[in-house]
Amino acid sequence: MSILLDANTRVIVQGITGREGTFHAEQMQQVGTKVVGGTSPGKGGTTHVGVPVFNTVAEAVKATGANASGIFVPPPFAPDAIMEAAANGIELIVCITEGIPIQDMIRVKDYLRGYPRARLLGPNCPGLITPGAAKIGIIPQRVASRGSVGLVSRSGTLTYEVGSALTAAGMGQSTIVGIGGDPILGLTFKDVIELFEKDPQTTHLVVIGEIGGSDEERAAELLAKGSRLKTVAFISGRTAPEGKRMGHAGAIISGNRGTAKSKEEAFRAAGVAVAETTDDIVGLLRSA
Amino acid sequence: MKLLEYQAKEVLASLGIAIPPGRVAHTPDEAASACAELGPVAVKAQVPVGGRGKAGGIKLAGTPEEARAAAQQIIGMDIKGFKVPLVYCESALDIGREIYLGFTVDRDARANILMLSARGGMDIEQVAEESPDSIARLYPNPWRGPLDFELSQLVYEAGLGELARPLAALIKKLYRAIPELDAVTAEINPLVITKSGDMVAGDAKLETDENSAWRHKDLEQRYGGGVEGDPYEAEAKKRGLTYVSLDGEVGIIGNGAGLCMSTLDLVQRAGGRAANFCDIGGGAKAEVVENALAVILMNPKVKGVLINVFGGITRGDEVAKGIVTARDRLQMKLPLVVRLSGTREEEGRAILHQNGIEPGANAWEAAQKIVALTRELDTPPALRATSPQGGEAR
Repeated sequence: MSILLDANTRVIVQGITGREGTFHAEQMQQVGTKVVGGTSPGKGGTTHVGVPVFNTVAEAVKATGANASGIFVPPPFAPDAIMEAAANGIELIVCITEGIPIQDMIRVKDYLRGYPRARLLGPNCPGLITPGAAKIGIIPQRVASRGSVGLVSRSGTLTYEVGSALTAAGMGQSTIVGIGGDPILGLTFKDVIELFEKDPQTTHLVVIGEIGGSDEERAAELLAKGSRLKTVAFISGRTAPEGKRMGHAGAIISGNRGTAKSKEEAFRAAGVAVAETTDDIVGLLRSA
Repeated sequence: MKLLEYQAKEVLASLGIAIPPGRVAHTPDEAASACAELGPVAVKAQVPVGGRGKAGGIKLAGTPEEARAAAQQIIGMDIKGFKVPLVYCESALDIGREIYLGFTVDRDARANILMLSARGGMDIEQVAEESPDSIARLYPNPWRGPLDFELSQLVYEAGLGELARPLAALIKKLYRAIPELDAVTAEINPLVITKSGDMVAGDAKLETDENSAWRHKDLEQRYGGGVEGDPYEAEAKKRGLTYVSLDGEVGIIGNGAGLCMSTLDLVQRAGGRAANFCDIGGGAKAEVVENALAVILMNPKVKGVLINVFGGITRGDEVAKGIVTARDRLQMKLPLVVRLSGTREEEGRAILHQNGIEPGANAWEAAQKIVALTRELDTPPALRATSPQGGEAR
C-alpha cells in the first residue's frame, strides 16, 4: 500500500513535449510509472517518449482513462493547466511549475472547490514517489526505497536529503510527498498526514516543515488528537531573520504563528519528537 | 516589489483614491521649495519598510527653513538597514478621525482578506491582538471581487455605517490593485477622514507579486529601481539570485530554500554566524555558482564560504567542476567547504579534493569545518587578490 499513487495510477504529463516535460516523463517511466500519454496543444496525434500526445486533457482522458497528471508547463500557463485537469476528472494533479503568480493560484484554489474529488499537489513542489511503484514529479529515484516511513515535506532538496538518509539507514518509505513551498498550496501537511494515518503500510512519519504560514501548527493539532504513527518533525529556518515587513496586514492575520519556535512547540505539545538537524531524524525515528 | 509611499500613493491616485498634495524631494533645498509651495508639510522618509515614524523618519515642518532642516536630518538616515534616499513632503491633513483599511494574502485561508477597522493608526497591531473583533474581515471571491452588499456588511460590521457609501466605493477602488496590479498587500493606514469630511489616504503601503512581474512591465519600469538597501542584495538581484544579507561571517550557498535555511541553522549550531542566505535553485550550474560566490565575496565581513548542494538529478562531478571553475575565475583565497551529494558524488568529491577544496561528507560536518576554518583565519591582507573583472575579490 501507499498513498495517492501506486503502480496502477494512470498518469499523463501536461507539457510533455517541453524540455522539462520530456526529461521527467522519461524519468517517471524508468521507475515504472504508468505514463499513458501527454498533452501539448497543436501536437495532438503525434507520439513522444513512446506515448501518445493529445491537444487537450479532455482528449487524453477519453483515450487513456488517465486519473493523474503531472504539470510541467511555464508559469503563465500552469494555472489554466491545473483547472483543465480538474475539470476533466483528473483526481491527482501534481504541479511542479515554480513561479506562478499568487493571485492566479488564489483563483485556481477557488475554482477547485467545484471539483472536490480533484487533489492538487503543489505548485512549486517536487511531486511524489511511491518507491518501487511510481512517481510523478522530479524526486530522484535513488533517494527513495520501499518501506513503511511516510515522508511529507515543504522543501524539495531537504526531502531528497532526508529520503537519502532514511534509505541509507535501511528505513524505506511508503510514499514521499513534497507539498511545495509556495504560499498558496493544494494539499497541506494535514491532508497528507490524514492519508498516511489510513494507510496500513505506513507505521512511521517524518514531517519536514519550514517557517511561514501555519500548516505545521495545524498538522501538530491533528497529531495531538491521537495518532498511531511514530512521528519525527523537523523545521528549517530557525535562525532565519524576520522578513523586512511593510504594513501591518500580515501581522494582524498571523500574530505569532509561523515562527520556527511556534511550530516546534506545537509538535512537542503533540508528543512528537522534534529533530534539531536533519542528521538527527533517523536516530529519533528509531527510538520513537 | 515593495513600493515607496509616494509611489504607492501615485498608484492609489490612479485608482481614483484621494491623496494629499505632495512633492518628492531629493535634497534639503527641494524640501524647502516644496514647503514654500504647499504650506505646512510632513517631511517623510521614503523607505520600503514599516516603522519609520517611530525611527524618527517623519517630521512636521511649518516653514521652508524647517522643511530644509528636517530633510537635512532625514535624507541619508538609516532606517532598518535602508539608507533614506529621498523624502516626500506632503501637506499636513486636518485629521478628524483615522481608519484602518488593508488587504493581504491570508495563506492559511488560501485567499485574499480585506480588513477594515474604525481604530486606525500606528497601534493597529495592538488593536488586532487585544480586540480582534474591532477589525472587520471579508474574503472576496477572487474571480469577481467583492459584491456591494458584502462591502456594506463589512463597513457596518466595522462600526462605520455613517460612511457606508463613500467607504464601500473607496474599498472597491483599492481592490482593483489585486486584479489589475497583482498586489499582494495594500494598506491605507490611516485612512483619514478630514474635519471637512473628505476621505484621504494618509499613508499607503503597496506590495506587488514578484512572480507576476512579467505581466506588469510598466510597473517594473516605473518603480523597479527602488531603494538601494543592502548593496549585496542589490547586486544579487541584478545577477538574478535569491539572496538575503545577514550579519555573520560565513557565506552560504545552497540549492533549494529549505536546504539553504537548514544550512544557516547548522552553521549557527556549530557556533558560527551566516553572512547571507543564497539559494541557487536546482542544477547548480557553474555560472550560477560563480555569480553567487562573486556576490558573497563582495562582503568584507565574509571569512569563508560553505556550499551545500544536494544534487537530485544533477551530477556531482559537474557541480564540482563548476565550483572549481568559479573559485578559480574569482581567484578566491578564503576557506571554502563544499558539501556535495548527488549522482556521481564520489567523483565530485575527488575533483574537489584534487583542487584543494575541502569536501564535507555531510552537512553538519561541513558546517563545523567551515566554522573552525573561519575562526582560525585572521584575514591577512596577503590573502586578498584582484579579480579579473577588476573588482576586489578575496
